[in-house]
Amino acid sequence: MRALFFRDLRLALRAGGGFGLGLAFFLIVVVLVPFSVGAEAALLSRIAPGVLWLGALLACLLSLDRLLAVDWEDGALDLLATSPLPLEGIVAVKAAAHWVTTGLPLVVVAPVLGVLLNLPVSGYAVLVLSLALGTPALSMIGAFGAALTVGIKRGGLLLSLLVLPLYVPTLIFGAEAARRAADGLDAGTPLMLLAGVSGAVLACMPFAAGAVLRVNLR
Amino acid sequence: MSLWEYANPVKFLRLSERVLPWCWAGAALCLVVGLTWGFFFTPDDFRQGSTVKIIYLHVPSALMAINTWFMMLVASLIWIVRRHHVSALAARAAAPVWIVMTLIALVTGAIWGQPMWGTWWAWDPRLTSFLILFLFYLGYVALWEAVEDPDTAADLTSILCLVGTVFAVLSRYAVNFWNQGLHQGASLSLDKEENVADVFYLPLLVCIGGFVLLFLALVLYRTGTEIRVRRTRALIAREGRMAQAEQA
Repeated sequence: MRALFFRDLRLALRAGGGFGLGLAFFLIVVVLVPFSVGAEAALLSRIAPGVLWLGALLACLLSLDRLLAVDWEDGALDLLATSPLPLEGIVAVKAAAHWVTTGLPLVVVAPVLGVLLNLPVSGYAVLVLSLALGTPALSMIGAFGAALTVGIKRGGLLLSLLVLPLYVPTLIFGAEAARRAADGLDAGTPLMLLAGVSGAVLACMPFAAGAVLRVNLR
Repeated sequence: MSLWEYANPVKFLRLSERVLPWCWAGAALCLVVGLTWGFFFTPDDFRQGSTVKIIYLHVPSALMAINTWFMMLVASLIWIVRRHHVSALAARAAAPVWIVMTLIALVTGAIWGQPMWGTWWAWDPRLTSFLILFLFYLGYVALWEAVEDPDTAADLTSILCLVGTVFAVLSRYAVNFWNQGLHQGASLSLDKEENVADVFYLPLLVCIGGFVLLFLALVLYRTGTEIRVRRTRALIAREGRMAQAEQA
């Protein structure tokens, strides 16, 4: 399991693109927002938490179609399936590697981009916390979507269609927490609910994804 | 004699052929009677005027949308557990009906909301969760279409249906948390003395009955079509194999 985790990390690092691409995408989305809604500071600081969350979510989505497809195409997935590791574990590990290469960098840069969007000072800590709690769930749900569409040629668009509605609860609680904190309110409740959603997803989703993958490998 | 006998496609087709004409006729009768009664022979509401009459389309379609979703969930579960093909095909057959019911509910709601709430659309929990469900089932149908092998497609979509159900319920309560509602509370529930004033209530019941029968007829009909398509494909494949064997 550990070997698979580090292998995925190394692949993502060395393939170029993969690692930085999500970040660059996140940056561009955030930079484009003032162009589309106007650069008024008061407006930007009001929508900043939502924009940052949405950007992070889209950046997560970007690399999902490669999550399993590469290994599917070159047959590595079949080899992994015959290894003593259960498929559930393989999917979970791959989702974890995806989070380390996409989710974690997003969490780290989010406050920097918050400055660009004039995010109120009270919002930073909770924004980072909510992203740190929410992005693992995004990766895991995405892994399920990737497992669903792995056998389909050009499944990228279908993948987004399937995964985005499943992102709704995470997005609602995450963005709500960040927004409340930015407004100077108490963000405890949405943060706890977000943690609950995240924990439940991490606990249950590997089984769904493993089952789906088993069907696809049949 | 048990319910599972109808997992046999031949038996299922025989029964559905006997039931179908009654379903079509009943649906047509109920809808014509209910809608005419509702549209032309009930008084206008004293505050809402004649817009109240959209209830005869809006409530039954929304009700059936939720029920269809539930039926698809049960059909998916049966497919996963007992692997009856009819069940998977019924889930597939119900999905487009579901989408149409949801669309009717959303559109009639918008038409009613314009004069009453002063807006076509509001980000109200009920409306939002219906929209999310709608988007979700677009994905469901797209997945059915995208996977070529029918058994794989049935497996994948039924797991998606289960996972989607959990998330749909989750979203339903999450949006509650996110925004306060404009939509009124439940109009119909079994444990209330009087739900809607009787003049409106009776034609509404007839309309609901009509929608249920219409749904039943559509799903049975579409499932029968799916079974026959499947059978035709199998026959063509067998012909092809036999031709190949002759050549060799």
